[in-house]
Parts: sequence; structure tokens; C-alpha cells
Amino acid sequence: MGMTMTEKILARAAGRRSVEPGEIIEVAVDLVMTNDITAPLSIAEFKKLGLERVFDPQKVVFVPDHFVPAKDIKAAEQSKVMREFALAQGAIYFEIGRAGIEHVVLPENGLTLPGQVIIGADSHTCTYGAFNCFATGMGSTDIAAAMALGTTWVRVPPTIKFVYTGTLPPDVGGKDLILYTIGQIGVDGALYAVMEFTGEVIDDLPMDDRIAMANMAIEAGAKTGIFGFDEKTREWLARVTDKPYEPVDSDPDARYQQVIEFDVSNLRPLVALPHLPSNVYPADEIEDMPIDQVVIGSCTNGRLSDLRIAAEILKGRQVHPRVRCIVVPGSQEVARQATREGLADIFLEAGAVFSTSTCGPCLGGYMGVLAKGERCVSTTNRNFRGRMGHRESEVILAGPAVAAASAVLGRVASPAQLD
Amino acid sequence: MVIRGRVWKFGDNIDTDVIIPARYLVTIDPAELAQHVMEDIDPEFAGKVQPGDIIVAGRNFGCGSSREHAPIAIKAAGVQAVVAESFARIFFRNAINIGLPVVEAPEAVAETETGDVIEVDTDAGTVRNTRTGKVYQSTQYDEFIQQIIRAGGLMQAVAERVKARQQAG
Repeated sequence: MGMTMTEKILARAAGRRSVEPGEIIEVAVDLVMTNDITAPLSIAEFKKLGLERVFDPQKVVFVPDHFVPAKDIKAAEQSKVMREFALAQGAIYFEIGRAGIEHVVLPENGLTLPGQVIIGADSHTCTYGAFNCFATGMGSTDIAAAMALGTTWVRVPPTIKFVYTGTLPPDVGGKDLILYTIGQIGVDGALYAVMEFTGEVIDDLPMDDRIAMANMAIEAGAKTGIFGFDEKTREWLARVTDKPYEPVDSDPDARYQQVIEFDVSNLRPLVALPHLPSNVYPADEIEDMPIDQVVIGSCTNGRLSDLRIAAEILKGRQVHPRVRCIVVPGSQEVARQATREGLADIFLEAGAVFSTSTCGPCLGGYMGVLAKGERCVSTTNRNFRGRMGHRESEVILAGPAVAAASAVLGRVASPAQLD
Repeated sequence: MVIRGRVWKFGDNIDTDVIIPARYLVTIDPAELAQHVMEDIDPEFAGKVQPGDIIVAGRNFGCGSSREHAPIAIKAAGVQAVVAESFARIFFRNAINIGLPVVEAPEAVAETETGDVIEVDTDAGTVRNTRTGKVYQSTQYDEFIQQIIRAGGLMQAVAERVKARQQAG
């Protein structure tokens, strides 16, 4: 009987020839990651074991990104706990000004490779599935255990195969594909399963769009999302690493819990209205919904291609007088390239804020917190109640094209609605 | 283990942002987190909940972030257990790891109201509503998960392994 790519990765990491969905196995981890919110708990738990060293400092990564540059004293204390532990351990540590958002930074540094098992104390760790690896989010205690043992336990998840057919229309990208998918299956439509993304549309899809899709697999309740390895993956990785890796592919006779096919030829740019990522509608069907803020960035859509899409729309236009538009590059590298290409100037001339890299606004941390009754179109990944600020504020999820068009028009809008 | 307590009932997709909003994630102190538990779904909840109470909820409880602060806030508020139709996977794992009993019992959830007193028997895999007297099945834990629970949480289980490894040299 054949195996899916996920089963092959897990079998290899467990030192087994094969595994089956439902089995609980122990796997070796290639990378363990935490951030400034989750690390302090992990470190406190790790210290209870009385161990001096993490299992392998070169496989343990710390990224300050959520409340940095420190938003207040308590946030600064948390970052300090993490920084001191990371440096004392000789672990991999990405300081602000030289890094950015974890899920943008780790791939940029060649740390997320095909065939690997990666766990992180952040639910969007599933992002790395775009690189043909098994990557999943866990809590701080699980991460503490993995920092000690170099292993973790997983229940082998079943896989749901998604097949995207047809031709992708203009202004429609990876964010629209994943919002459409979540809209179809619901926020627990892939509960505990792996979402394997395939089909002719995926074959042609750029890496940044694949990353945005894998990033939001958790929003359908999935254990992770994963893509096959192809020339696009190889080229992307060749720019960032010369380390060897072992890609995996699903066998033709692999077993799937379900196979779901979508013809996406007629897809339009989408939005997810409050308060669930599954509350999905075409952007051009939303009439007369004024907005107060737009955020373009995050681990979902803070990459260079996202900023290029937004800049193309904002070039020669102005952010609506009533709207605050905040552009947050996903990493220092993205910020540098956006500056070099003139994108930063386009945003600044349009009347937008061009910020340093941070997760801040996405989770209502800082740098764009919403007041009571305010509404924000955001390229982030969650629109739960109170996510970006006051519990009576609203978040509307969209891709960078819809976000930029909405910033100009001052209401939820599709790029086609611009003159 | 039989857990008996008064019920607070919630709906589907109770996410980690409403369980403990990110604005409070500047601490890992359980007592401080407990002051804001469920704040964005019911701002009065932290003032109403009593030690020994039980949260009952619908599908996909704990969806969203990996923040372990969510089950920590619930446990530190004195909530003894969470019974739901289903749990988001990271939350489920986090709860087991920190010793907060989480039980899936869809039929019990459907027929339980706020204010009911229920008995959750984690060994027998049942939930009993004392108001109606009805007994419902709940899913039972795998042996592996039971080991974590018996040890008192994941780190206790890991500590035993680390100790055994050190003794083996």
C-alpha cells in the first residue's frame, strides 16, 4: 500500500518503513522554534528538567517577532528572557533589525527544507509545508519537551487531497485559493488532517502563493498543509541554501481520507467577513462597507510579491482620507528589497505607513490596534472577535490586491472596481 | 477520576483570541491570565466563574493560536474540565500537557445548559447530567495520552525519561 508524502516524512523521522494514520509515533525533529510570546513558557518548563543544554543548539531557533520592537516593559522582559536563554545556549537567534517574522525569516535562511519535521510554538508553523516538509504548531510545553529530547510525539494524521483545476484569473492568488477552500470546508473542515495541495493550478502557482496557502491550513483546523516538490521549490531553495535535502512525493496508490476537487477558473478576489475565516464572499459583492484601516503584511502576505501587488495598485493613487494604511514587510530582507525596488516610496507617497517587520497588528499587539467599532481590511490570517483590538472591532481578511484597492476606495473593494 | 461541577455553556469555534486575548500575553503568570479568561466572549466571566466549575462548548473549542496561555487561564480560573463536541488539535494537546482534563462528548453537550451540574468520569468515558439524570458516552483517551495524564502532565513524563537516560549514563 502506498503512502502520502506526509506519511513518508513521518515514517523516516520515526525510523520506520511505514506508518498508518491514527498511530501514535515518536519522531526526531529537525527544527524546534519559539517566539517572544511562547518562549518564556517553554524556557520555564525546560528549566524544570534541570538540564544544562538543549538537545542540539543548531536545531533550536528563537525569533522575537510578536511584540517587537518591545511595545512595553512587560513585552521587553519577555524578549529578554528569550534572548538571554538563546545566547546562553548558543541556539539560533534572530534579532530585530536583522530578521523579522518567524515564518518569513526561517525559509529565507534556508532552515525549512523538504522532507524535514519542524515544530514551532506558533500555530502558523504549518507555513513551511510549502517547502515539502512536515511542519506543525504546538504549545510551549511540547516545545520544551522537544528542546530537551530532540523528539516529539504525533498521531499520524490522515490526509485530505485538494486538487485545483482550471486557470487562475487575474488578481486572484494563493490567499484567495485558501480563503475559498476554507469557505467551502469550514474552520474545522480539515480537523486533525493534513491538507495536501495539488493540481494544475498549484503546479503553476508561485512559491509565495503556496506559502500563503500552507500558512492558513490551521484556519481549517488542519494539522498542517503540504505541497509536492518541483522545479519552483528547487529554484527558491537554491537561492537560500546549499544544504542537501530529500524531497518526498505521494505514491500513486496513497490513501486519502478524502479527495476534493475545485475548478477555480471563475474565482474572484475574495474576502472573509467577521468573525470566522470561513465567512467568505467575493470582494465585489460587498457593497458600501466603509473601513477605517488596512494592514498589508504578516506571515501570510508580508512577502516581496505581496508588496509588489499592493504597490502596483497604490502607485499614483492615494490612500482614502478616512483610512489608515499600514504596510508591514515580513522581514528585514523584504524591507530592503522593497526599498531597493522603489515599493517603499510608492507606499509612502500614497499616504501609507511603512513599518519595520513585526507580527504586531495581526494579533492586536501593537502598531495598529483597533478601537471600538472600527473595521480593518487585513492580509493577515484571523478575523476572530477582538483579534486586532477592541472586542467590538471587525477584521476582514483578504489578499494584497483587495487590501490595496480597499485602502484607496475607503471601503471593501475589488481591484477591478478601481477606475 | 470523577469531576463534578457546575456548567458554563459556550457555542462553536470558541477561539484562543476570545479565551485569552493577545493583549494579555505579556505574562506567563497563571493568576494574572485567569483574570481575563474568556474576556472577549463574555467580559463578566472571570468574575462569575467559581473554582470547580466546568466549561461545556460546541465544535472546535480552542481553535486558533498555539498559545498555551489559553488552557492555563482556564485552569487557573478554577475550571476543572472542558467538555466539548470537538477540540482544535493544538488546544487539546496543550490542555493534556498541563493537566487540564478535556473530554469530547457531543451528545452531552447538546443537552447541557449553563447552571446544570454534571459529572465527568474520565476513566469510564461518561458524562452524567445530574439535572436530567441522563448519562452520555465520551471518547476515551489512548493509552499514550493516559500515561501523560497519570504522570501529571507532559513535563513530568519527560522528567522521568530524562532521569532514566541519565541513570543509564
